[in-house]
Amino acid sequence: MDQPAFSVKLLGSWADSHTHRVQLALKLKGLEFEYQEEDFINPSPALLLHNPVYKKVPALLHGGRSIVESVVILQYIDETWTDNPIMPADPFERAVTRFWCHFTDDKLAPAVGLVFSSSGEGQKAAVDQVHENLKLLERELKDGAFKGRRFFGGDKIGLLDIVLGCGSYWLAVFEEVMEVKLIDPESFPVFHAWLRDFEEQQEVKETIPAIDRLLEYARGIRQMMLSLSNSSSSSINNAAASSG
Amino acid sequence: MAAEEGEVRLIGAWPSPFVLRPRVALNLKWVEYEFLQEKFGEKSELLLRSNPVYKKIPVLLHHDKPVCESMIIVEYVDGAWANSGHAILPADTYERALHRFWAFYIDDKWFPSMFGIAKAETEEAKAESAEQAWAGLKLLEEAFEKLSKGKAFFGGDTIGYVDIALGSYLGWAKVIERMTGLKLFDEEKTPLLAVWAGRFCAHEAVKEVMPETEKLME
Repeated sequence: MDQPAFSVKLLGSWADSHTHRVQLALKLKGLEFEYQEEDFINPSPALLLHNPVYKKVPALLHGGRSIVESVVILQYIDETWTDNPIMPADPFERAVTRFWCHFTDDKLAPAVGLVFSSSGEGQKAAVDQVHENLKLLERELKDGAFKGRRFFGGDKIGLLDIVLGCGSYWLAVFEEVMEVKLIDPESFPVFHAWLRDFEEQQEVKETIPAIDRLLEYARGIRQMMLSLSNSSSSSINNAAASSG
Repeated sequence: MAAEEGEVRLIGAWPSPFVLRPRVALNLKWVEYEFLQEKFGEKSELLLRSNPVYKKIPVLLHHDKPVCESMIIVEYVDGAWANSGHAILPADTYERALHRFWAFYIDDKWFPSMFGIAKAETEEAKAESAEQAWAGLKLLEEAFEKLSKGKAFFGGDTIGYVDIALGSYLGWAKVIERMTGLKLFDEEKTPLLAVWAGRFCAHEAVKEVMPETEKLME
């Protein structure tokens, strides 16, 4: 396998699913790369230089070029190092793959995020939304575009597996932290089976952080969010009391 | 290239910038297609069946197989008719990444700021959206300089992916300019894009399908 003529460097964050997508793709392609951990809250000068528009991880640096936005990066990797393709060859299949990647980031991921950041009625609505979205994926796996496949990419992990898989681990984490049911194996048997299979793959195990770390991280953020909303409502009460 | 009867159909509506995108792509590739105009305020059975997830236009039907999402359709057209017309995405993988990034940015950040000008209920909100839209165009001006390499379009000599992504909004940009008196594609702020805008609209793959400002204003 050819190693890159220029070195490859990835700016990422350890708990960021978009970073994991790129790490996994590089691993699947057998590419060596340097990794630099970025602080979500304080982007380094390097990150600001290489992603001035969004100032976010991940950013892939290759031969003096910066590529950002995870799905753009994944396609860049696939098109630059053409062994072990992660995209299908057929234009229609590619369109289907891209569509469900768009769906993942446009619908599923925000709904999952909302489960985490909301409570009460808002959270219940978000949970319902996640279920609706998973139903659509379940249907495609069972009877639709991906019927009969082991992975979305076929026999091997493809780009859509990477995009969906790196992020779906939050479902189990949020289930535990938020005490909600998100990915019930009885309601979503095919999706559930795919996710288990995906997470068992060697390259995936090497990429996704241990669930304990993710749980601790999620609990920490949830605590912080709850205490922030408590303190802001109490300061509102104080302000109302002093002006009343 | 003449398509067989019913081979290529596009479900859409003439005012939509998103529908304009695949139309320009198909024109660039000389593909004949049937345009299925949706009735205003109603979604056809065919649309609901072809795009059950989003229920939105445009949808390209090629041999009855649906392709959804405007820029995904553009990339599909580029691949399915690779041997016809000019390439819409460049050959170089880094340039392809840049085209995909800026198309994403245009829909993710720039379009909402432009639309924000139209939706704004106060002068302040309007001014703020306008500032954001101009700031975005400044970024796109730099991107144009880098990608065009002195040529006419983001795609170089020919219309490319980012040209389609941004150019599709020009009809609505003109409406907003008329309604507000603000100049979005300003010769002083973004000189290259101001010239590019006229060039894009005049292109033979675009001019028949770009909605007229007067019609949009109705």
